[in-house]
This record gives sequence, structure tokens and C-alpha cells, in this order.
Amino acid sequence: MDTVPADGLLAASWLLIALPLAGAAVLLLGGRRTDRWGHLLGTGTVVAAFVLGLLCTFALDGRQVDVDLFTFAATGSLDVQAGLLYDPLSAVFVLLITGVGALIHVYSIGYMAHDPRRRRFFAYLNLFIAAMLLLVLADNFVALYVGWEGVGLASYLLIAFWHERPSAATAAKKAFIMNRVGDVGLALAIFVMFAQLGTVTFEGVFGSVGVLAGGTVTAIGLLLLLGACGKSGQFPLQAWLPDAMEGPTPVSALIHAATMVTAGVYLIARSAPIYDQTPTARAVVLAVGAVTLMIGAIAGCAQDDIKKVLAYSTVSQIGYMFLAVGLGPAGYVAALAHLLTHGFFKAGLFLGAGSVMHAMNDSVDMRRYGGLASKMKVTFVTFGLGYLALIGFPFLSGFYSKDAIIEAAFDRGDGWGYVLGAVAILAAGLTAFYMTRLMLLTFGGRPRWEDGVHPHESPSVMTVPMIVLAVGSVLAGFLLVVAFPLEEWLAPVFGEPEGAEHVVAPLVVSVLVTLVMVLGAGTAWLFVGRREVPLTAPVRVSPVVRAARRALYADTVNESLFMRPGQWLTRALVFVDNRGVDGAVNGLAATLGGSSSRLGRAQTGFVRSYALSMLGGAVVVAGALLAVTAG
Amino acid sequence: MSLTHYLVLAAILFTIGAVGVLVRRNAIVVFMCIELMLNSVNLTLVTFARASGTLDGQIMAFFVMVVAAAEVVVGLAIIMSIYRTRRSASVDDANLLKY
Amino acid sequence: MNPDVVIGTGEAVVFWVLGPIALAGALGMVLSRNAVHSALWLVNTMLALGVFYVVQEAPFLGAVQIIVYTGAIMILFLFVLMLVGRDSSDSVVETLRGQRVAAILLGIGFAGLVGAGVARATQDLPVTGLAAVQGGENSNIEAIAALIFTRYLLAFEVTSALLITAAVGAMVLAHIEREPGTRPTQKELSRARFLTDRPQTLPGPGVYARANSVAAPALLPDGRVAEDSFATGIDPQEVDQMPRPTGRAELGSPDAALGTLDPAPSDIPGGRDR
Repeated sequence: MDTVPADGLLAASWLLIALPLAGAAVLLLGGRRTDRWGHLLGTGTVVAAFVLGLLCTFALDGRQVDVDLFTFAATGSLDVQAGLLYDPLSAVFVLLITGVGALIHVYSIGYMAHDPRRRRFFAYLNLFIAAMLLLVLADNFVALYVGWEGVGLASYLLIAFWHERPSAATAAKKAFIMNRVGDVGLALAIFVMFAQLGTVTFEGVFGSVGVLAGGTVTAIGLLLLLGACGKSGQFPLQAWLPDAMEGPTPVSALIHAATMVTAGVYLIARSAPIYDQTPTARAVVLAVGAVTLMIGAIAGCAQDDIKKVLAYSTVSQIGYMFLAVGLGPAGYVAALAHLLTHGFFKAGLFLGAGSVMHAMNDSVDMRRYGGLASKMKVTFVTFGLGYLALIGFPFLSGFYSKDAIIEAAFDRGDGWGYVLGAVAILAAGLTAFYMTRLMLLTFGGRPRWEDGVHPHESPSVMTVPMIVLAVGSVLAGFLLVVAFPLEEWLAPVFGEPEGAEHVVAPLVVSVLVTLVMVLGAGTAWLFVGRREVPLTAPVRVSPVVRAARRALYADTVNESLFMRPGQWLTRALVFVDNRGVDGAVNGLAATLGGSSSRLGRAQTGFVRSYALSMLGGAVVVAGALLAVTAG
Repeated sequence: MSLTHYLVLAAILFTIGAVGVLVRRNAIVVFMCIELMLNSVNLTLVTFARASGTLDGQIMAFFVMVVAAAEVVVGLAIIMSIYRTRRSASVDDANLLKY
Repeated sequence: MNPDVVIGTGEAVVFWVLGPIALAGALGMVLSRNAVHSALWLVNTMLALGVFYVVQEAPFLGAVQIIVYTGAIMILFLFVLMLVGRDSSDSVVETLRGQRVAAILLGIGFAGLVGAGVARATQDLPVTGLAAVQGGENSNIEAIAALIFTRYLLAFEVTSALLITAAVGAMVLAHIEREPGTRPTQKELSRARFLTDRPQTLPGPGVYARANSVAAPALLPDGRVAEDSFATGIDPQEVDQMPRPTGRAELGSPDAALGTLDPAPSDIPGGRDR
């Protein structure tokens, strides 16, 4: 990496982080006084950050710019300089975060209009944007870790935003704890880097990673992967993400679909020089991606909660991205392209789902939807475009980005390549199935609404962001893959595209994927669209459906493998603490107390008793003296 | 007959005084027993002065007498004031300072 | 110095006579019920010790022992005894369980250990004698004075401070501050007396030819004891049954003139006891 010092506008890129941070600070410290205009300030800072990011990106001109800020920690041989790295990769993320973030802020103005704690919501959203920007702009692992924990905190606060609901509080706790598991991995990776290389900057680590032993590099790679899995909801830490849908829908759209959960992909892409050194870790990344891809897709097929379907879809799509980054240099660009397009259409889909829920009195049960297409035309059209983009309808964004990943998988050339490609194509079919099912349940068929529900279109402050994201969903793939190839933009980071031979012709792949997609959608129509939808989920179903409904028993596995033994261990420790440690301490105290009160009885107050003991002492002393002199 | 006889006599007197302190309850008698113990010590001092051929033992006995006089004066005054408040000169009755 | 002064027979006699007396005095002090008796027993022991001092070439100390100790200090003891009066604490019944047995056992042990130790350690103790320091013109008092006012001057001066302090302390402790006017006036006393059931004065103690102690109660005309005449704090004595005067007919001898204890003497002619 060759970085140049910042100049001109880029020197002010720290404002990207400072603006939303200042917004959060004002909203949190300002209290009720800011209630009336707080949401406008929150939105304004993010829009300003987006404009600044846009200007910075234009000023970037393919360079990698380092912005030195201040010394964060200088102790002994550890010298951490707080600095920002503004390069094409960061720029892409900055634009995604601030762009989608700004749209969702606007949407939230409408969505949260009636919430008494709207100001706090915007404060947390701003905090999240600031932390996420720090995460992607950091030029060293420590600052990245700060941002990493910051987004974790913001995610926790926002999932638990309606903390009066026990399910939300529990979900937030679950997300926080499972994220901690991953964060430990990331922290350990940073420790190993410092211990082995003595530096934590990207430049220093990536420049000298070649000198490390293979095992060490693999260890760093696996630890980083653990962190990425925790943050991105990947196997085996995927169970928190669907539960995180307890948060407000804009949060699900921004944090748990478009930005934060892709931080794992960013981390692995950023650490490409490390993964280039260790095929083992890369193979594990591949495996994680493929497994998660299938788990998400299968679980998504059986959910009745509209947000859960989208959440499992997110899990599955991020699995695609992991699969891609696991493929090595060939897949990084494909992963990032899919990340960007996914950011658009999944955010759009979540906003659409929020709009639907808004109309249905916050119900999330798709079995009580139906026939909404005519009542909510804008939502239907924007949601439909996002849906088509997601399932990879030809020439929409998902088509380009997903096909690129599948091509890259086949391009591995060996047997595993074909297996991974087949898995990816199968998952594409499943994606089409569950998304079509969602569409049919929500917008198609007859109304199955609960009493007192009067669906209506959302206000324009909500629909406009949905329209913008829908346009993005349609065009992003074409723009990023064909018109202005992301490959060339990212060349300074990942190297020039090689233009390798394709093992399977792209056309064949596209046709194959499209066929599978149509097959999946058709199956969904057969299952859902043709017949009446029961108001409650059928009980007598096959074991496969039952497993899918319970997300392949992820929670059960977690409970039986970790929670129960943990509880047992805790109980045992509590027992040992109560009986053993406390028992020893209390016993000692009781012994001392008892013996002292018994000794206290000797203090009778009778002078003659005391005199008697003095005489006894004198006798002993005399005897001892005599014994010594005589002996 | 030797000086040892005096010393053994002093030891016996001292012991009788000590036992008296332990078994008598009248504070004044207890005080007398203490005087007896002091006297036996004086006898020892005088005897050793004679044995060593110096007068320092006698001087010491003299000082013991002075201190004993002062102690008796103060001690009897204390006994009297205790008797005034408690109507008792028994050492067992002044036993409030206990567990 | 003459290391081999031999103790003479006279001294041995003195020791063997006075030693048991001193021991008896000590034991008597501990064992007697009456505190006044204890004090007297102690005087006995102290006198014996004073003689021992004189015998042991310390005539000044012997004099001081007799004058100051037995003379002054023991009188002080007796004064306080009179002030405090007799008391239940004079009882020799032990109230602390095991105290007496333990005290005696420990005492015997202590005496045995110290006595044996002293006897063993000093059996070859030479008797140097004090002839060298206080012989001839240099008397015992002069030698002691020389030492006190030279080597022990500081201690001696400090002793004076101690004595002053003790005197002041004793005065402070024994003194009772009484507010002027708090003492009841004669008018108040007499008013209080007339408010009781018994306005008249209490009878005085019985005064007889053979007993004029306050401990002797007065007798009522029918021969009963007048309980009002008991002195506080003193056990009433046995009523001193004076033989009642009988009459000229019975007066046979001077002794008989004192009367008889017989309840009805007048019936018997010629008297009874000769």
C-alpha cells in the first residue's frame, strides 16, 4: 500500500465522523430542549456527512490518503496513532453508510413521528453512523476496534429501543453477548498482531505479514474471521441477527441489513493481505459463507414474520459475500459489489416492510396481510423492485452482483468450486422461493387483516426514501458492474483485474441462475399463491419445515451446547461460592466470633479473677526461669 | 543460719500477701495484703544490701516505702469515694467493666 | 571488705523467734474475719520486719518502718476502716467459684518455686556486711543521706513531687463539694420529722454500768430490746443483762449488792449466791 498524506478537502475527512458524533452528543446531552428539532439535526448531520463524503471521494482520484489525527496511545513499544485511511475501499463504504444512512434518517422522521423518544432514537442512529464511519475509516486495527465496539453499542441500544418489551430487551442482550464472542476473537487477533509484529496499523501489519510463520497468519485470519462472524451474523454466531428485528424497522434496515452486519465483509476484505497468505483461513471463510448461505435461505422459507424472513435473507446474502471474499482476490470485488447492491435493495425491502407494518398496526405476521398491492401502491412497486433485485431478476442489481459471485465460485476450477457454485445456485432458488412467498403473502391474495386494520399508504417522507432505494436497487448492479466497474475503482486496493478465463461461461451461469430462480418463484406460487392461506401456521408439517421454522435449531444448539453448561457451571460456582468460599469465610468468622464471645466470658469484671490469672502467669514465668537456669 | 532464711521468709510472706489479695473481698484488706507484699520485698532488698555490702538496696527499700505511702493515700481515698457511691467496699461489687 | 562475716547466734535467735511471729501475723491478717483484726495482725508482722531491718544493719529503715508504716500508714488504714464501717465483704465465704482453691494452689506453687529457686541460688551467698560503708564515724543515717543527696538526688526530688500529687489527689477524691444552701435547715428538718409517724426523738443506746458502747441496745420497761435504739451499721450486741438491783434484804456481800439474774429475786429470802 502506498499512502500519501492528506491534502485539501481530504484533510477534513475527520469531519465525516465528527458531524454525526456531534449530533449524537447534542441530542443526548441537550435533553428535552432538543425534542422539537432533534430529528432534523440528526438527519442534517448525516446528510452533511454524505455530501462531504461525496466531495472527498471525487477529490480522492484513486489515491490512498492517510489522515493523521493524534496520538491515541503511546506506551513503550505500543504506539497507536489515531489516523484515518481514505482509500477507494473506505470511500465506497463511506458513501454507502452516509447515503443509505441519510435516506433512512429521512424515513425515520416519518416512521418514528409518534414515538415519544424519537430524539433519543436519532441520537443513537447518529452515534451508530459515527462509529460505523470510524470503523471503515480507521487506518489501524485499534481504531477499527473502537468503531467495531461503537457499532455494537449502538446496535444494542437500538435493538432495545423499545426496552419495555421483554422480547426486545432479551434480543438486545442476545445480540450483545453473541457479538462479544466475536469481539473477543477480533481483540485476540489484534493482540497477536502486536505481539508478533509490534504494530497495529494496516500499513505496518500488511507490509510485514509475509515474515510471519504460516501458523500465526492462519491464527490471525481465523480470529479475525471469528470477529467478522459475530458482527455479520454468520455461522456459528448467526442466531442473534433474526432476533435483532425486535428493534424499530429503520434500525433493521440500516444496521442489520445494509451497513453494520457487512462490517465483517469489510474486515475480511480490508485484511486481504493477511488472507492472501493463508489458504487455510480462506477455506474456513468459504465454508462459513456456504453454510450460512444455506442456513439463512432454508430458515427464511418457513418464517411467517415478515422481518424475520428479511433477516434470514440478510444472513443468507452476507453468506454470499463471505463466500466471495473466501475465494480470494477473484472474489473481493464481487463481494463488495454484492454488498453495495444488497445495501440498496435490502434497505429498500426493510423500509417497505416498515411501511407495511405501519399500515397494519405494527403487526408482523404475514398470514394476516394479503391483498395490500392495491391499497399501498408505492410500497408495492418499490418493494417489488427490491424483491426482483434480490432474487436476481435479469438486469436488476442482484442479477449482476450475485452472478459475479457464482462465476467466481466456479472459477476456482476444482471440484470445490463446482460444489460452491452449485450451493450458491441452489440458494438463489431458495431465495426466489421465500421472497416470492413473502410477496404473495403480503401483497397478493385476499385480505386476511385483523379487525380494525385500515391499510393506507405511508406519508411521502417515508415513501421518497423507498423510491430512491428502489431506483438504486434497479440501477446499482448495472452501474457498478458494467457502466463504472467497481473493479477499476478498487484497483488501488485489490490490484488490477486479471481478466482470467472463466471456467463456465458467464452466459451459461446467468441462464442457469435465472432458470433456478424462476423455478423457485414458481414453486412458491404453487405452495402459496394457488390456495387459501391459513391464518395460523399449520401444525402437522414435515420435519424439514419444522427444522426450518426453528432456524435449523440454532438456538437449541446454542442452548444445549453453551447456555445449559454455562448455567450448570454458574450454579456449581454459586454453590462452591456459597458453601465453600462463603462457608470457609463465614465459618472462620463464626469460629472467631464464638471463641471471642467465649473468651469474653473471662472478662467477668471481678478484679480478683484477673489477679488470679496474673498470679498464674507469674508462676509460669518463675517456673520457666527456674527451668532455664537449672537446665 | 544464713541470709537465705531471710529471703525464703520474704518469699513466703509475699505469697501469703498474694493469696490474700485473691481470696479477700474487702478492698481495705486487699490493700493490706499489698502492703504485706511490699514489705516482704523490702526485706529482700535489705537482705541483699547486706549481702553485697552496698547501701543501694536500702535506698531502694526507702523509695519503696515512700511510693507505698503515696499509693496507700490515693488508694484509700479511691476506696472511700467508691464506698460513698456504692455503699460497699467489696472489690467484687465494682465489676461493671466486663463483657 | 570482709566477705566472711559470720551471722551470730543472737541474730539467729532473733530470726527464729520473730520469723514465726511475722508469719503468724501474715496468716492472721489473711484469715481473720474482722478487718480491724487484720490490721492489727499486719501491725504485728510489720513490727517484726522492722526488727529484722535493725538486725540487718539498717537501723534507719527499721525506724522508718515502725514510725511511718506501723505508725502512720496503718493508722490511716484504721481511720478508713472506721469511716467505712463493717461490711458484708468482711465475710470469708467465697463467691467466685474455684477462686479460693486456685489461689491457694497457685500460692503454694509460687512459694515453692520462688523459695526453692532463692534457696538454691543463694545458698553460698556471702555476707559482706555493711561495716565498710557505715562503720565507725560514718553512721547508717549519714551513709544513706550521702547516697540520697548525691547519686539518688533526682529520684528523691521526684519522690517529693509524687507525695504532693498523692496528697492533692487524696484530697480531691475524698472531698465532697456541697452547694451553699443545699444543706437542710433546722426548720426544714423539724418539719420533716413532724410529718413522719414518729415526731419524738429516737431512744439513745442503752447505757449500763458494764457497757457504754453504742452497740448496746436500750431496754424497754418490760425487758424487751428497743429496736429504735440500734445504731446503724453496727450489729447490736448481746443485750447486756445487768442484774437488776434487788433490795437491802438481799445485800449480803458487795457482789450480791449488784443484784441477781434471777427473774423474781424478791421471793427468795437470804439471797442465792454467796
